[in-house]
Amino acid sequence: MTKQLRIGVDVGGTNTDAALLQGEEVLSTIKTATTANVTDGVSSAIRAVLLAASVASDRVGAVMIGTTHFLNALVERRHLQRTGILRLCGPATRALPPMIDWPEDLRLVVDGGAALVGGGVNYDGSSIAPLDTDAIRLACRDWRERGIGAIAICSVFALVDPRMEIAAAEIVAEEVPDVSVSLSHRIGKTGLLQRESATILNASLHRIGHETVAAFRHAFGELGLSCPLYLTQNDGTLMSAEYAERFPVFTMASGPTNSMRGAAFLTGLKDAVVIDIGGTTTDIGMLVSGFPRSRGEGATVAGVRTNFRVPDVFSFGLGGGSRVRDGDDLRIGPDSVGFRLPEKALCFGGDELTATDIAVAAGLVDLGDKTRLKHLDRAVVKAALNKMKRDVEAVVDQMKPGPDPIPAILVGGGSVLIDGFLEGTSVSLRPEHFGSANAIGAAIAQVSGEVDNIVSLEGQSRQSAVEGVIAEARRRAVEAGAAEDTVVLAEIDETPLSYLPGNAMRIAAKVVGDLNS
Amino acid sequence: MTFWNLKETDIDRIALGVGILGTGGGGNPYLASLMAKAQLLQGREIKMVRPADLAPDAMVLALGGIGAPTVGIEKIEEGDEGVRVLHAMERLIGRRIDAVMADEIGGGNGIAPMITAAKLGLPVVDADGMGRAFPEVQMTTFFINGQSTAPTALADASGNVVIVSQATSPEMLEKLMRAGTVAMGCTAHMGTAPMSGDFVRRFGVPHTVSQSWRLGDTVLNARAKKTNPVAAVLEQEGGALLLQGKVVDIGRKIEGGFVRGRLTVAGLGTFSGRLLEVDIQNEYLVAREEGKILSMVPDLICIMDSETGRPVSTEEQRYGLRVSVIAIPSPSLLRTELALASVGPRAFGYDFDFVPRGQPTVARPVEAYGLQK
Repeated sequence: MTKQLRIGVDVGGTNTDAALLQGEEVLSTIKTATTANVTDGVSSAIRAVLLAASVASDRVGAVMIGTTHFLNALVERRHLQRTGILRLCGPATRALPPMIDWPEDLRLVVDGGAALVGGGVNYDGSSIAPLDTDAIRLACRDWRERGIGAIAICSVFALVDPRMEIAAAEIVAEEVPDVSVSLSHRIGKTGLLQRESATILNASLHRIGHETVAAFRHAFGELGLSCPLYLTQNDGTLMSAEYAERFPVFTMASGPTNSMRGAAFLTGLKDAVVIDIGGTTTDIGMLVSGFPRSRGEGATVAGVRTNFRVPDVFSFGLGGGSRVRDGDDLRIGPDSVGFRLPEKALCFGGDELTATDIAVAAGLVDLGDKTRLKHLDRAVVKAALNKMKRDVEAVVDQMKPGPDPIPAILVGGGSVLIDGFLEGTSVSLRPEHFGSANAIGAAIAQVSGEVDNIVSLEGQSRQSAVEGVIAEARRRAVEAGAAEDTVVLAEIDETPLSYLPGNAMRIAAKVVGDLNS
Repeated sequence: MTFWNLKETDIDRIALGVGILGTGGGGNPYLASLMAKAQLLQGREIKMVRPADLAPDAMVLALGGIGAPTVGIEKIEEGDEGVRVLHAMERLIGRRIDAVMADEIGGGNGIAPMITAAKLGLPVVDADGMGRAFPEVQMTTFFINGQSTAPTALADASGNVVIVSQATSPEMLEKLMRAGTVAMGCTAHMGTAPMSGDFVRRFGVPHTVSQSWRLGDTVLNARAKKTNPVAAVLEQEGGALLLQGKVVDIGRKIEGGFVRGRLTVAGLGTFSGRLLEVDIQNEYLVAREEGKILSMVPDLICIMDSETGRPVSTEEQRYGLRVSVIAIPSPSLLRTELALASVGPRAFGYDFDFVPRGQPTVARPVEAYGLQK
């Protein structure tokens, strides 16, 4: 990594964090309130973090932003584009039309009509039906007349052979020149319905992706920044702003990932459990070889099942703002005073007993007015601390890859709630800058490329099949902004398919590289 | 005739139940349940009929998907595969099919016949040929008890239909079907030789759709009431809790097209200090503690998430999962000497004989049958 200055920004629901780094040195970190207009919050966070280190904006070499902006647009059903859906399937798959398992209200906003046309291939690459170009043109004319601005194209086994999706996209471009097109083989993995849904989500976010990136660029101009802009994606790696405009859906789960990558960077640990405690929730995930372990089943985004690889994170309602109820049965959370902690907590003059008050009373952190906590029963404080720790330990144990103790890294502002050593871990670390691990994770992110594919071994060796998949992953990483000579293989997974003869394999590869700068 | 007219919420319950009866395998019921619900949304009906209500000379076709689950999630069914199988069968036997049913209740195949039935306005028989999930076609109570191997039909999404007009054994039929399925792109729909109502009444495992519904209903009710769903299932099924604990080891490899492996669960709470091992071949086959066999195939070994009661499939197993391993007595039709030759421990390569655990289950039909005529 070069010694240039980088700014990482993590836009969360409550706080926008920013960190300024020079090489591996953290020059400053800042926490600001997230604003209704995301760009304003990002601008003020960048301004503040530069000011804190007395650094001029023209010295910054890159800005990396992790944002839940696009996810929020889906959750709130705002600014979404109506999308036409082209499924290349021939007679197959018709038992389940597109969007069948979507929440009705979201479907009504996004659904621009679906055409199921001739096309698609089998697992071995043989064609299900020839591409029906006439049917595609017919569908396009309907979409053009109705002013549909985005089109999602999904072919059966597009990951085995994407050529039909590419050919269909060319026809769409001829018929509806100004439309934005999302191709499923670039979006998701095997599992038609989920990949198609992810492709539709991506298409529907295209305009807001474009507008948001444009707004960021505008803000950059005002801040005097002339460096490249990157967004962090689900796996904690970066994509260029141009790439993010085309694939906004990849930003969905970047929040927990940034924290975990930041935790790895701050401690130098590559394999550890990361406990990120914020104001409302605790997110616990595993770092494997420096990257978050991904979840087996796909993510549900705004009520839609997709098959993105997202970090395998267990979230539960424990944070600095968690309400504490003392009674026969001591309860902490899951409800929280949230962003009103500074007015609600006892130590800040409020009237609610929160997890933060427990930490202050126990002397784990020095905040607010301690004398307001004098009346607290020592036994209750002790019991509450124990309970929080036991809850965290139980999840840590569930997340671990095996019974052996592993290191634990505590990050996030709420991590002060945990006192001392966690059972089942080899060491419990809370590194310097733990409160801004998410922004630091964004700042140090690398660029990745990923392919997950079913490959037929008819007519090719296993070796060449694996090499082909890795080459495609490399190509994608370079396209997303990686410096070609730094790209290395991070993960490779080969699974023979059950109930199939020995000539088909699922091969998943992921490569990572440094930013091209 | 008395029917049970299924609603969407019934499908949700059944999908959960067939997952439990999948004993770790049987394929994910999610897509199948979506397909069944899509039929209801289009205004079609899914009507269940009890085996006892079948006319003795009724003609019943057992239907189900065959192929690689990994392929089936990508090349999803067209929806008319079962219809093509059924029509081919009608032409072959020269008469109408009166009802359809599942060969296998465990997993998505427990739901699959509902799609064809809805499309053709035929009833589905509340019974199946396994009472659980097994990997191969010869393992049904139908073949065990003399169902003809022919004619058997196989259909794909593109309109190909393969008929087996003669097979030397159910095992050979399995091989032929598997080969045909591969040629069809590894997903197809299969219908075995039509059976008489009388035969189904004698040799079908009765009311397994009802059983699935009850399992699902029990779990959902327990979740809603925040009581223990595993305990509720045990009470419902008369099963035994073998161990409650967490997964500490999982070994898996693919051998001859099957997922084989062994799962180790370490006890928690009152089970602390105990260790249970479960053998896997697509499904959970044998559970042992300190070398002592606690439960074995064909009895059902089901593994559920201890907190939610969600069935955990063999592919989903990983270290740290909090699970309850339960054993449910197999139906008496799987416990006969004849049946054990096909589905007992020796049929799966073990060198010991079946020792049953508990009284055989006899599922009751759901109350919904009484409400509709």
